[in-house]
Amino acid sequence: MNQTDKELLKEVNDSFTENAEVYNIRKNGESIERKVNSYINIVTKEDKSGIDIYVKENTLFGIVHIPVIITESGLTDVVYNDFHIGKNANVIIFAGCGIHNDEHKDSEHDGIHRFYLEEGAKVKYVEKHYGEGVGSGKKILNPTTEIYMKDSSSMTMDSVQIKGVDNTIRITKAELGASATLEISEKILTTGSGTAKTEFVVNLNGENASVHVTSRSVAEGSSYQEFVSNITGNTKCYAHVECDAIMKEKGQIKAIPEIYAKDLDANLIHEAAIGKIAGEQLNKLMTLGLNESEAEEVIIKGFLK
Amino acid sequence: MLELKDISFKRDNKVILDHINLTLEDDLFYCITGPNGSGKSTLAKIIMGLVTPDSGTILYNGEDITNLSVDERAKLGIGFAFQTPVTFKGLTVYDILKIATKKELNKKDACDILSKVGLCAKEYIDRELNNSLSGGELKRIEIATIIARCPNVSIFDEPEAGIDLWSFKYLTGIFKEIGTKKKGTTIVISHQERILSIADVIILLESGKIKDVGTKDTLLTSLLNFDCPKGGNHESN
Repeated sequence: MNQTDKELLKEVNDSFTENAEVYNIRKNGESIERKVNSYINIVTKEDKSGIDIYVKENTLFGIVHIPVIITESGLTDVVYNDFHIGKNANVIIFAGCGIHNDEHKDSEHDGIHRFYLEEGAKVKYVEKHYGEGVGSGKKILNPTTEIYMKDSSSMTMDSVQIKGVDNTIRITKAELGASATLEISEKILTTGSGTAKTEFVVNLNGENASVHVTSRSVAEGSSYQEFVSNITGNTKCYAHVECDAIMKEKGQIKAIPEIYAKDLDANLIHEAAIGKIAGEQLNKLMTLGLNESEAEEVIIKGFLK
Repeated sequence: MLELKDISFKRDNKVILDHINLTLEDDLFYCITGPNGSGKSTLAKIIMGLVTPDSGTILYNGEDITNLSVDERAKLGIGFAFQTPVTFKGLTVYDILKIATKKELNKKDACDILSKVGLCAKEYIDRELNNSLSGGELKRIEIATIIARCPNVSIFDEPEAGIDLWSFKYLTGIFKEIGTKKKGTTIVISHQERILSIADVIILLESGKIKDVGTKDTLLTSLLNFDCPKGGNHESN
């Protein structure tokens, strides 16, 4: 890896070090470095581009890094990564993609990640997307995440996309078994003429399954964002979706909530709030000595923290 | 010293403040009281710069600050605790205290400030300033931001509004301490006898005009015993 690669890698995964036990680094459509241990194995797919990650049952404190970097302008990289998390295994997965594009051609990464959690498995999935470069070529990231959760499994998904990505379509689908819990937190910032569409489709199929989706986003410049959530409660279950968004300048945001309770004991909540920065928030920070633009910066930084 | 000269303010053709002249000395504790709609909060906001008067001048230590922005006044040493504390998604109690203080603030110092307003620091320091906090908790944190900032002029806009009895008891204790120390000018907008009784000077505002200025010994007694125009005696709480 050259210096640009290392810096890009640090942007998307600053917890990665050379001492990491398990990792697969993908650059411009190819795996360039890989390391596994006796609990977690990574195998290259034979039928298409991508990898299978196998976490043995009862694995404790497993940590996997699977960053992707793209420095070749004009490349469209499509990758299929499947995570097979064994019974009662406990693992943290750091993913993410950084694109450096100094040319005029568009660079795109479409990551299709599928998670299969066995009974009692616990996953924390951290994903960060980032774009940089002075070229007119767009940086495009379209992640699709599918999550299949067996009984009593749990997953936390933190995804962040706050710099340099021009266009994104993010799709997250989940099927939850009994007592499975899913927590999703998403932070998105769009600037310039960027667009972001994010869609959550969650089916709560097992009794006492629960999902909590928190989306915080900021649309600056003339950027456009669309938030779609579609939650179905098929049994006694709980869902809470919060979509908070701030608009600046000519930014536009659309939220389309859909909750469908198919059982009397399904408890589904959707909250959405879109607006500009509240005047009283600016006033409060200005009484503490910040000028208006400093106050705006603090509010947005905190909101997307 | 803060001087308000001939301050007037109208809104929707209604006179809110009518040619107010007032001098507020250093190291004194002032309480501005009066009926609802008398212009108290507007006056406080005009001092902070949150509201611009239609006419008049504000001098702070001889400098004309009438046209200065809120943050410029804050930098000169004027602080303001809002009647309804503002919430922020994403900012923690520690974050707001760090912004409020003009120097580096470590967690221990932040905890000491929270203890002063009666909050168990460990429970609150990393909490987000959102609506999961009660009105009383938010109010105490609002006051904590003023303690952290330690301005020369501290303005509290109805600190007792919307808080529970326990928080109120604590609040009067905090103001008693501020009153005892007498460092800088303190201006509290209040209806509460317990807060009025701490003040060095009470200013009675009525229909946008200063009706009376006195001490707790003179003005407070007459305020507590005034005859209600609709009959009967006013009972303080």
